[in-house]
Amino acid sequence: MSQFSSSPESGAVHAGAATRLRGLLLRWETALVLLLAAAIAVNSVISPYFLDIYNLSDATTNFSEQAIVALPMTLLILVGEIDLSVAAIIAVVSLAIGVCSDQGMAPYGLMLVGLAVGALCGAFNGALVAGLRLPSIVVTIGTMSLFRGIAQVALGDQAITNYAPEFQSFGQGYVVSWPPVPNSFALFLGLALVFGVVLHRTRYGRALYAIGNNAVAARFSGLNVARTRFVLFVMSGLLCGLASVLLTARIGSTRPNIATGWELSIVTMVVLGGVSFEGGKGTIPGVVLAIFILGTITWGLSLVNFAGIEISVVIGAILIVTIAAPLVLKRLARRFASGSS
Amino acid sequence: MILHRRDILRALSAGGAAGLLGATLPYPAFAQQKKLRIAMVVKVLGITYFDVSRHGGQKAADELGDVELIYTAPTKATVEDQIQVIDSLIAQRVDALVISANDANALVPTAKKAMARGIKVLSFDSGIAPEGRIMHVNAPHDDLIGASDVQNIAKTLNYQGEVAILSATSQATNQNLWIVKMKDEWKKPEYAKMPLVSVVYGDDVLDKSYREAQGLFKAFPNLRGIISPTAVGIIGASKAVGDAGLTGKVFVTGHGLPSEVKPAMDAGIIQTFQLWNPADLGYAGVMFAGLIARGQATGAPNTTTHIGYLGDMPIESDGQTYLPKLLVFDKSNIDEFAKQF
Repeated sequence: MSQFSSSPESGAVHAGAATRLRGLLLRWETALVLLLAAAIAVNSVISPYFLDIYNLSDATTNFSEQAIVALPMTLLILVGEIDLSVAAIIAVVSLAIGVCSDQGMAPYGLMLVGLAVGALCGAFNGALVAGLRLPSIVVTIGTMSLFRGIAQVALGDQAITNYAPEFQSFGQGYVVSWPPVPNSFALFLGLALVFGVVLHRTRYGRALYAIGNNAVAARFSGLNVARTRFVLFVMSGLLCGLASVLLTARIGSTRPNIATGWELSIVTMVVLGGVSFEGGKGTIPGVVLAIFILGTITWGLSLVNFAGIEISVVIGAILIVTIAAPLVLKRLARRFASGSS
Repeated sequence: MILHRRDILRALSAGGAAGLLGATLPYPAFAQQKKLRIAMVVKVLGITYFDVSRHGGQKAADELGDVELIYTAPTKATVEDQIQVIDSLIAQRVDALVISANDANALVPTAKKAMARGIKVLSFDSGIAPEGRIMHVNAPHDDLIGASDVQNIAKTLNYQGEVAILSATSQATNQNLWIVKMKDEWKKPEYAKMPLVSVVYGDDVLDKSYREAQGLFKAFPNLRGIISPTAVGIIGASKAVGDAGLTGKVFVTGHGLPSEVKPAMDAGIIQTFQLWNPADLGYAGVMFAGLIARGQATGAPNTTTHIGYLGDMPIESDGQTYLPKLLVFDKSNIDEFAKQF
């Protein structure tokens, strides 16, 4: 059992830190809202096709699977860990789904297989990180090659493509036809709500911030840090499983290069959302806003036929500016304050 | 002011002599023609092969007149990234899509969506499954390629000496088809003194191809020729011949890019090799797309359309049209093509 509780004195310490923290986060999220508004405004001006409900709906399908994985990634980075094997887990899960589909398994069975294999991969990462106390960046770079390698060895230059239409409709279908909300986008919104509530409104969420701020102190105050880390890796694997089911169903194909490079897109979403690699800092609304910003910019630039490489350059620049600007401003403000006093 | 013949013709045709002059020109640029936007989507950016196909596509666009050619591709050669690119082109309501697919089946739902919105979808180079496109512009027929490979080495060896094949992987679809066609050609009596002694696989890895070629020298001391129908294998085999001091005794042929193969040809290891012209593929793809979008061709099976400098191209019952000729390289033309691709 977790011994963590908000005793009066720790609550008081929290309140002081919370107001300061809230002020900071509020600024970060305000900046993100402004950035999103600017991106939408620019897009509507440069392309007459941007503000079209069907086009926007198409746009969401292209980032929803990544966005689902960004949610557990947020929690992992929040507690000072990272999972770089997410894209490779998506590949190995897709392989498992493909093999079972070839054996004639029914669509719902395939979904369960996907979730189970994903969770198993996550548990493997979690056991190495929490059980053997290895650094997660090293472990998941290793499992990134391991999982991707399994898919490459098993598939060679072949692809598994004979998925049943009922399975494919899961990835290609809509929850409601007007406005056209794709299944994957609806799942992302629902999960974002759950993650937001858990992180910001429950004791478990506060425990994650405590671990992220100081894992040693959190352990001494009675939190089971190792178990929490393990659970987060399993959660990451599980949602990679879900993302893989959605992606495999949407494109109806398993190739060894499926989801290549997604780990970096997903980490970009989380970092732009204001989650700090130092741990203990970041919010789900921030990450959700960042996902919308990145989705909007990517979509807008592709509507005016920017090449993929050019879009990467723009996103890289935005990332650096948004991360660097607050730090530079803070440093300037500090210098100004110390100069005037 | 200098008047070009095209300007005069255009002025005359606009001036009422359209019917008369139009008959003498393959593609008269009528003033009332709707401006077309044709998008050419290749597998990935930064590949010389596709850049050359783009030049062919641009040539077709110029000849069609009033065509804006959009050339684009994903940054990674994955199908999910290609879908994102195609989605943005559908959103822009282009008139036609000419696609080299990263996955034949996985692009079908997206291609169907495009066709449902009135966009003409064609594939070239690497096909989309039949239900996702009107027609496919393919490389020359497999039997033409296979037969020509055997003829090339026979010409070099004067129909005498042992020959081996160094292929890509043992599961590579294209290479396996070509090898079957080579063996068919080999049954002819003129090759009686030029036996096929072995087929080995270099897995499209330079180092492995090199070692497989070395293995052939040991196993068959009388070996005179190697056919390597892969751009990687031909380089590995040539390097192995040169390093083993067998130049002038063992000759190599196969498929490759002129710029890459030129050094081996200059060294006398290769006398002829072949490929189709990627520019022809792009030219035919965009020309078909333009004619279909303007209603001047249907793209239906068992029809024939006049495609500029390529002449009449029949669409076979499988919905595919094949390039009429291979490009065979030798000393006389290697310098010219090595500059292009």
